[in-house]
Amino acid sequence: MKHLEKKQRNDIILVAALLAAAGIAFGAIQLFKKSGGYAVVVQEGREVATYPLDEDVTVTFTSPAGGYNTLVIKDGKADVTEADCPDKLCVNQHSISYNGETIVCLPNKLVVKIVSEAEADVDIIA
Amino acid sequence: MKINPKSVALLGICSALAMVLSYLESLIPLSFAVPGIKLGLANIAIVFVLYKLGAKEAVIVSLVRIVWVAILFGNALTLAYSAAGAVLSLTAMILLKRTERFSTVGVSVIGGILHNTGQILVAMLVMETAQIVYYLPVLCISGIAAGVAVGLVSAILIKRVPVDKFK
Repeated sequence: MKHLEKKQRNDIILVAALLAAAGIAFGAIQLFKKSGGYAVVVQEGREVATYPLDEDVTVTFTSPAGGYNTLVIKDGKADVTEADCPDKLCVNQHSISYNGETIVCLPNKLVVKIVSEAEADVDIIA
Repeated sequence: MKINPKSVALLGICSALAMVLSYLESLIPLSFAVPGIKLGLANIAIVFVLYKLGAKEAVIVSLVRIVWVAILFGNALTLAYSAAGAVLSLTAMILLKRTERFSTVGVSVIGGILHNTGQILVAMLVMETAQIVYYLPVLCISGIAAGVAVGLVSAILIKRVPVDKFK
């Protein structure tokens, strides 16, 4: 019986440690996120477009395989409002505006990510 | 590798159970909040086999489940995701069980977290972006919660379901 209790105590320590680690990581990400300046669209690993968040715009991206995603930038936030992917995960995700936030569409291999002004400048030059 | 015919039947039942649990899980839409959040119900069957029959048997059931779930309900991409998750998660669970320091709860929590980690790694490779690693902490928290539940259910099953007569 004592053996069993020891295992359960170990379980609790393990779960608490993992929760703390995940919590700290989550907190750190929240703490260091800054409002980004640009939305970068990456298709199959290549950056295809960059839009400033302070200008409202609606664009549709067609993937080489034929799928499409519609990106809407409005009120300083980027959102995918329409897509032909089967799971619609990208459409269901909330709009993004903070540095490092992403909207991902796995079927169409499309990522919209928010970057700060500095990063976007570098990307434009590159 | 020699497996007695009774074990073959039992492994078949457990594989079928794991597949049904995977299918059931796909009917529960959880990923509206964060993509990739899962209950990991199929892990109940895997943990059960791992404790009742052994590591080798758990690998077999896991393999059968992944391949058939991909063929029946998924595609090549979902196969890559679940294979990466399962390899990491199963390896960690087998090793952790071997230390004999944790109960099924600790084992399945580690399994759940590593399943998520494996999937994020594949997603990073497929999307060619490191940004999605930001999802990992959130996925870990949900993975821990689901892992505790799966571990508790597995413990009850391991205690109540007699399979020794099959061996």
